[in-house]
Amino acid sequence: MNRDSVALEPHSAALLMRVAHPSRWWKEWGFQILALLAVLLAIVVLLALILDVLRDGMTRLNIRFLTSFPSRHAEEAGIKSALVGSVYLMLLTGLISGPVGVGAAIYLEEYAPLNRITRVLELNIANLAGVPSVVYGLLGLELFVRAMRLERSLLAGALTMSLLILPVIIIASREALRAVPMSIRHGALALGFTRWQVISRNVLPLALPGILTGLILGFSRAIGETAPLIAMGALTFIAFLPENPLSPFTVLPIQSFNWISRPQEAFHTNAAAAIVVLLGLLLVLNALAIWLRNRLQQHREG
Amino acid sequence: MRGLGTPRGTQRNHAGESERAAEVGDRPGIPTRVRTMKMIGQAAEGEPGGQAGAGVNGAISIPPAFTVREVSVHYGMHQALKSVSLEIPCHEITALIGPSGCGKSTFLRVLNRMNEVVPHTRTTGSVRLNGTEIYDPRVDVVELRKQVGMVFQKPNPFPMTIFDNVASGPRVHGIRKHSDLESLVERSLRAAALWNEVKDWLGKSAFALSGGQQQRLCIARALAVEPQVLLMDEPCSALDPISTFRIEELMNEFKRRYTIVLVTHNMYQASRVSQRTGFFLAGELVEIGPTEQLFEAPRDPRTDGYVRGRFG
Repeated sequence: MNRDSVALEPHSAALLMRVAHPSRWWKEWGFQILALLAVLLAIVVLLALILDVLRDGMTRLNIRFLTSFPSRHAEEAGIKSALVGSVYLMLLTGLISGPVGVGAAIYLEEYAPLNRITRVLELNIANLAGVPSVVYGLLGLELFVRAMRLERSLLAGALTMSLLILPVIIIASREALRAVPMSIRHGALALGFTRWQVISRNVLPLALPGILTGLILGFSRAIGETAPLIAMGALTFIAFLPENPLSPFTVLPIQSFNWISRPQEAFHTNAAAAIVVLLGLLLVLNALAIWLRNRLQQHREG
Repeated sequence: MRGLGTPRGTQRNHAGESERAAEVGDRPGIPTRVRTMKMIGQAAEGEPGGQAGAGVNGAISIPPAFTVREVSVHYGMHQALKSVSLEIPCHEITALIGPSGCGKSTFLRVLNRMNEVVPHTRTTGSVRLNGTEIYDPRVDVVELRKQVGMVFQKPNPFPMTIFDNVASGPRVHGIRKHSDLESLVERSLRAAALWNEVKDWLGKSAFALSGGQQQRLCIARALAVEPQVLLMDEPCSALDPISTFRIEELMNEFKRRYTIVLVTHNMYQASRVSQRTGFFLAGELVEIGPTEQLFEAPRDPRTDGYVRGRFG
């Protein structure tokens, strides 16, 4: 502080001091502290949950647990069929919902005329994102399991999951497409690009990171969902691996749900271990997607 | 979809169209699109283009690049252009001036059909490029925009390398060989007076360039498609005086090879670089003529008021 150069009236100098405005100071800091508490609360709860599950489940977590089929004896039971089922279900769901969701977003953002039908479509997609997942399960049961006679197969499960996460993917992809500046599209059109060339060469590469974020969000939701699969009647005791998309299957959340509902303590430990594996799988998938996204971003800027 | 022309304009087109269609149209196996492309491609030198030879203000000896007749543009209910007719001569710089919202940029976008990109836009009237009606439904808009390039107000380089920015147009139009692309990129960057500054950085992102360099990159990108006409929509309004000067120098060079239509807010710029100037006001073309005459001795009192700085 340079005292010599400060030539203010005494009262205006006092006004500059923070203590002269306690309410402003408190509002500023009070809000910051409130926001910090909100973050801490979320993190503490998450940590408590993970620690609790880890403490319960770690004792059972070993290679045999991963490579054994379910069994009536808790000590021999494993999650082989559920783990493989989860991975297969994820792959199929991704193959179905990815192209359809991104395609729908491209249509709505780049091609759809600005009219009443488009607005109704947009409104409905936003509403679908809020429909409880059980409802999708019931729809899947009627449509895929019964009407289309797919039975309780991987394919029926993946189609149901795709319906569930499509709204999330469409909405996130549209946001990503909308964030691409119009000037880029106009520049490309003025060079004589066709509509599709503009989209494939200029718009999609720019929107890809945002689209990938939407896909990650959608897949993360699908991998943890239990209700729709239970509603459509996915089996809980599967002692074999799914051979093709029409095979019956089970997934990790259903396996843990099944174990938790048993009276014996040992099965509860199994459930905790299965949840640890599920969390790990989720983490690996997300890390993979984020790594992919960053790589694409670097590639574009390089 | 788009109403073409007043009855008069339409009739005139159809007469010209059917003659030429008969010339090339009977060849089997050539799709309509290709034929129409050819029609634009032929510089139609012998054709006087209707009454196009005689300008509104003063005679033009060579046939004009564009002949615009009674063009009106509506954005929804709002009429942005009111029955504009004019000629744009080849190998000259035609400047369009006027206050904001007067329709000069809308008019520019009529010339490469970029106005169609904006939803709820309706264009009527007749626009001919080298005698070909560009609003004819048979015209391939991709081919039109290849021949009528555009530079925008704000530099809009693509988020890719400098090389890919310039090469993207030619790539889309079918040039695949890397050596061809390399020489085309160098030629275009040289023409835009950017080569010496970027030749060692072609693999760098275009965003690493300054604003003035980005605008010259956009000019190079437009040139790489090898157009006949260059539409420039206030290309210097986001640039500093030195970058502006360099781009004005470029325009002076370009007029030997290209027809240039320049929209500008800057009347000094219009008087510095253009041969003809048109003054737009509230969607109307008030006056168009040789630049010197428009600034020194305008015919319309509204032009007089604007160029003397009484309003606008």
